[in-house]
Amino acid sequence: MKNLVEVKDIKKNYGKNEAVKGISFTIKEDEILGLLGPNGCGKTTTIGMLLGLLKPTSGEIFINGQKLDENRIEILEQINFISPYIELPKKLTVNQNLIVYGKLYKIKNINQRIEFLSEKLRLNDLLNKITGELSSGQKNRVSLAKALINEPKVLFLDEPTASLDPEVGDFVRTFLENYKKEKKISILLASHNMNEVTRLCKSILMMKEGNIIDKGNPNELISKHGRQNLEEVFLKLSRSKNEFD
Amino acid sequence: MSLTRMYGLFLRHFYLITRSFPRILDLIYWPSIQITLWGFISNFFATHTTYYNNAVGVILTCAILYDFLFRTSIGFNMLFLEEIWSRNFTNLFIAPMKIGEILTSLVVTALIRALIGLIPAILLTSPLFGISILDLGIFLFFLFLSLYLFGITLGVLVSAGLLRFGPSFENIAWSTMFLLAPFGCIYYPIDILPEIFQKIAYLLPLVYIFEEARNILINQTVDLKNIYYAFIWNGVYFVLSICLFYYSFNVAKNKGTLINMGE
Repeated sequence: MKNLVEVKDIKKNYGKNEAVKGISFTIKEDEILGLLGPNGCGKTTTIGMLLGLLKPTSGEIFINGQKLDENRIEILEQINFISPYIELPKKLTVNQNLIVYGKLYKIKNINQRIEFLSEKLRLNDLLNKITGELSSGQKNRVSLAKALINEPKVLFLDEPTASLDPEVGDFVRTFLENYKKEKKISILLASHNMNEVTRLCKSILMMKEGNIIDKGNPNELISKHGRQNLEEVFLKLSRSKNEFD
Repeated sequence: MSLTRMYGLFLRHFYLITRSFPRILDLIYWPSIQITLWGFISNFFATHTTYYNNAVGVILTCAILYDFLFRTSIGFNMLFLEEIWSRNFTNLFIAPMKIGEILTSLVVTALIRALIGLIPAILLTSPLFGISILDLGIFLFFLFLSLYLFGITLGVLVSAGLLRFGPSFENIAWSTMFLLAPFGCIYYPIDILPEIFQKIAYLLPLVYIFEEARNILINQTVDLKNIYYAFIWNGVYFVLSICLFYYSFNVAKNKGTLINMGE
């Protein structure tokens, strides 16, 4: 499997504050990579740099073989993002929002794509509803539809199931598993839900204070650290003194 | 009634103000601008009571022209602010859109919004006041075009500020037009301004536009020089605003404003 994302020694400083201190990793085709770490460890900054919203202080990012800072538009056409902290325009209907984003991503046959996603994400009854009037679970599925409107090769997910009830959370996880299997896309998943990460990810990066402090398969990490589950590994690593200090 | 709780709420807003230069600026200049603008208007009418005797539609025409400028500029800012308010800002900037595409689509949308507001206003002036802005003739087109360019320029400048400073720049967005109004000589000729203000006013396209509107309506003549200077200054400011927008976009990418659009 080829690497769809290659991150080479990226750093991000905000003045004297080093938010990300030179991290490197890759995400293969058909892989979900978990990005874990306590709040403020640099996860959002890392995702921001991968989305081209933040300029790294140094280092290089390649997506599908193209260098991000030299091919921003071409790369943005191939990626997408979902986060509970960003929303779609509230006063537009779901269908209008999807049409707008279909146009922004220059999707041919927008109606066909919306029909496909509506079917997969159970949106058929919501298409003519005002987006701002939907429940959290419904909004989440609409955001997911927006994130898949361009058939991205790489999907960045920041807490994709935060604030969802268990049923909707499970629906989203199952959908992501199947979609990844079907389309062979790469996914970077930042989450604080350890069960979700254990279920979806074959490999994990643990971040702390801007560094990657450990990485590996969830089960390998659990046995390596002598813990019962990933949450205990997370707590151990979060509370331990940073070896990079 | 708890003083502590009330003090707590006061602090919530006080901290916000003290942490934001645009908010402090906003508090200071509003009263100054209002006093300056109305001071000049009062001064003019006190000393030139017969100036508008033969042209009752001049003030109304200038008001419509100014409103078009206001609508264009605010319309542009509103489009940008809507994305921040709806928390859609990040979605927009991760879409594969070039900055030029974002700006062009906002420019066209702002024009359509301004025209939707302007056309009914123009149609109303004739039956209500017996005045038609169309009396300005073919030159009305050039005056509108010039105002549109300046309105868009201000919109781009404010949007650059929003990118650079975040939503705290919003107050500036609402008040840029009022800040420039005293120098624009919308309701009075430039001679009424003190000399130092005249020098500043001549650096803005507004003064040429409104001087020319009055010239056409009152003297029934056309001074092409005014229209020419208005376009020259518009060109200069427009290019500057685009450069500043690109600069602010790069600063925002360094500072992280694009992923952190809060208060």
